[in-house]
Amino acid sequence: MSSELAGYLLTGLGTGCGYALVGSGLVAVYRVTRVVNFAQGAFAVVGAMCASSFLTALPHGIGELAAVAVAAVVGLLVGLVATGTTPQSALIVTLGLAVFAYAVEVLVWGDQPRSFAGLPGAVSIGDTRVQSHYLLIIGVTLPVFAGMALFFTRTDTGKALTACASNPYAARVIGLDVRRMGLLAFTIGGALGGLAGVLVTPVQQITFDADVTLIVNGFAAAILGGLTRPAVTLAGGLLLGVTQALVAGYGNAAHQTEIALGLMIAVMIWRAARRPAAQEEPA
Amino acid sequence: MTRRPAAAAVIDVRDLVVRYGPATALDRVSLHVDAGEMVALIGPNGAGKSTLVNTLSGILKPAEGSVSVRGRLAHVPEGRQVFGDLTVEDNLRLGGRRYRERDTTPVHAILPRLADLRHRRAGTLSGGEQQMVAVGRALMSRPDVLAVDELSLGLAPLVVADLVRHLQELNAQRGLAVLLIEQNARLALDLCTRAYVLEAGRIVAEGSSSELIADERVSAAYLGGVVADVE
Repeated sequence: MSSELAGYLLTGLGTGCGYALVGSGLVAVYRVTRVVNFAQGAFAVVGAMCASSFLTALPHGIGELAAVAVAAVVGLLVGLVATGTTPQSALIVTLGLAVFAYAVEVLVWGDQPRSFAGLPGAVSIGDTRVQSHYLLIIGVTLPVFAGMALFFTRTDTGKALTACASNPYAARVIGLDVRRMGLLAFTIGGALGGLAGVLVTPVQQITFDADVTLIVNGFAAAILGGLTRPAVTLAGGLLLGVTQALVAGYGNAAHQTEIALGLMIAVMIWRAARRPAAQEEPA
Repeated sequence: MTRRPAAAAVIDVRDLVVRYGPATALDRVSLHVDAGEMVALIGPNGAGKSTLVNTLSGILKPAEGSVSVRGRLAHVPEGRQVFGDLTVEDNLRLGGRRYRERDTTPVHAILPRLADLRHRRAGTLSGGEQQMVAVGRALMSRPDVLAVDELSLGLAPLVVADLVRHLQELNAQRGLAVLLIEQNARLALDLCTRAYVLEAGRIVAEGSSSELIADERVSAAYLGGVVADVE
């Protein structure tokens, strides 16, 4: 493997982690509430912008965590509005809130790209140098996914969320507060989106409207797993990131998103063709 | 023995009206289940039976009238409604979550099959096994009254007989009250001492099971017109 290729793979995986985090936020919310949350990208922008402000006063680590916490609260607020209506209307509500977020972001942080320093230095692979921060992105994202898997399969609260996702009616029958579970899911979605923004901003400046790229790619990653499977979302996000890095590296960076999304559509068509036409409803 | 004021009632429903938008699903329904009693609610599809249970367990809100439940009510919903993605053990634990009951051993003692199946995903089980999970999940909350919505629907007769035996044991040994909603009126009337007949959102008949079996109209509509032997 050429060192050049290894470099593209590494940066691609780093970018892909950002998509996977945004996508898994969509999954966390959709599984429990059946709401496709178009404000998911805004959580990332809010997280990134807050980190850029907080880090002027707070040390690294604390500043980023505080930004993720703000994004989680924003997630909860969006959830409060969105779960007050039907999933269909909620889709439009979240879209509206995402546009509203633009106004707030421009008012607070202006319309210029912002960034902040990440992990300093670079690693050398042969004669290719890659910013060390990409390793940090991957090194944070993978444990976060592992932690989420443990949370959803091993803890009581995680299982209750899974129960709401698996059968909302039965969740009511056994007395689970499905709305509260939905709000928890939105909070988790906010934190995951915020984390994505905080992690990728040091290597890619962020603007108030950067949520579009994030949500489109995050959605593409999440829809691969039917918006319900975090592991597939991670794989989809990484595939998208790597494809984009390879297209930009060996081809034309102007077309990286189109080619990557085209690939996703091809994968989805292939998967749909393999699936039997009539699916049984799960019991 | 009908229409008496229910001093020891675990379920006491009075003049209950439930609406879905403009449609009235339940129209001034009154019924009661006393402690330790087994009561059947029979009636055709769409009569409002499930609406009644969903109101009892708090999923639906009454438009008028009152619903009072003394002690803990557990609901075995129509169509079993297990959490297919979770294991049998997790299904049970979730059933006890509302009252912080975490110990599954008492339920395993009542339904030993669930101990064998504990690590299986509920979605992979047979219909009868899923119904057992749904009953076990309800029992996790140590209920005073169990509202069972369509126990027998879609299940083989032997499986139904097994589930019925478990319900009878729970009733006889632990004094668990049961409100049994059944399409199979014969089964319901054999099992329960009292019954209500719900049609188009109204109680149209009530009485002891033997009275209802002897009632020509009930017999014709729900028991295939054959006036059966009353044990």
